[in-house]
Amino acid sequence: MASVAQPIPGAFAPSRPTVKIVPVRLLPVVGVVLIGLVVAIATNSHWALDFFHVAGGGLWTGIDLFVGLVLGPILGSMSIPARLELSSRMMPKLLLIVPTLVTMTLGSGFQLARQLGNLASNYPHHSWLVASYVVVGVMAVIALGLLEPANLAVLFELRKPNPDTARIGRLMKVFIYTAGITGLMQIATLVIMTKLASV
Amino acid sequence: MVAAAPSDERRLPPIQPIAVATIVLIVIGGIYTAAHLPRHVPQGPTIALLAAALALLATNVVLLARIKPFAWRIFRMVTAWVFAAYVVIAGMLEYVFVYDHTRGTQLLILTGMLVVFAVNIPLLLGFSVARYQDPDG
Repeated sequence: MASVAQPIPGAFAPSRPTVKIVPVRLLPVVGVVLIGLVVAIATNSHWALDFFHVAGGGLWTGIDLFVGLVLGPILGSMSIPARLELSSRMMPKLLLIVPTLVTMTLGSGFQLARQLGNLASNYPHHSWLVASYVVVGVMAVIALGLLEPANLAVLFELRKPNPDTARIGRLMKVFIYTAGITGLMQIATLVIMTKLASV
Repeated sequence: MVAAAPSDERRLPPIQPIAVATIVLIVIGGIYTAAHLPRHVPQGPTIALLAAALALLATNVVLLARIKPFAWRIFRMVTAWVFAAYVVIAGMLEYVFVYDHTRGTQLLILTGMLVVFAVNIPLLLGFSVARYQDPDG
């Protein structure tokens, strides 16, 4: 493929860090979290399921809101070199943290709802629960179909000797907009979850 | 929200939109199933959604295989690593289904959805990266 690479401005190029796609040293932490989740589900421990759901959900929602509504607009207004500098350090970490938090929250949440009898169709607030599935479904489509591909493509572009800054700019726009949308969707999650928790 | 490619970038088959449509079908199937559980889930709609998702995935595999030249080495590397991660995720979901006594045709349909999910996402991510890399050879 003929790529029309625009050189990185000289002042930035020497300080450009080596981009790691996945921070391997964090993988054991992910492993421990996933093993903990399996144990929580297997033992049906109410406290452990509650912990994984509340802690995971709180962190996931907080990160999505912060990245989508605070960091995203700031990133959009930064110069391209500054954006690259920040993204090359932040995106690999998000690549591990967010899917782990999503797995934690959804896995424990579904099991918790099952344990509490909230999944039953005669549960008075079943429609709110279905609404939460829809919100998560929309977020999953946006995150897996648009945000994650753009995120990975940017990281691989940054590994090139002469990254195409115009291409990175376009892909970053996708990242910023989709992060904003998932941030807004998280407000709907907060409304639904606090409604369910207070009935 | 797919990044609009400028005219100097190579035109490729619509693999990303088809993969996103596949995710949409699987997610709808998942929501439909979760909304009925633990009662019996009507199987007609879920089978139709799974069949449509499978057809889209097969279309994407064919479209992808016909791209020449392409950065197959990078594609294979990204796809393999993402597939390894999604096998873990899909495996955990399968474990929860079995643990929660999902059996028979319902388990088969859910397993089928997980297989499509675990193949589709790596294909999408592999393509999203490889499309911007220099082709092999």
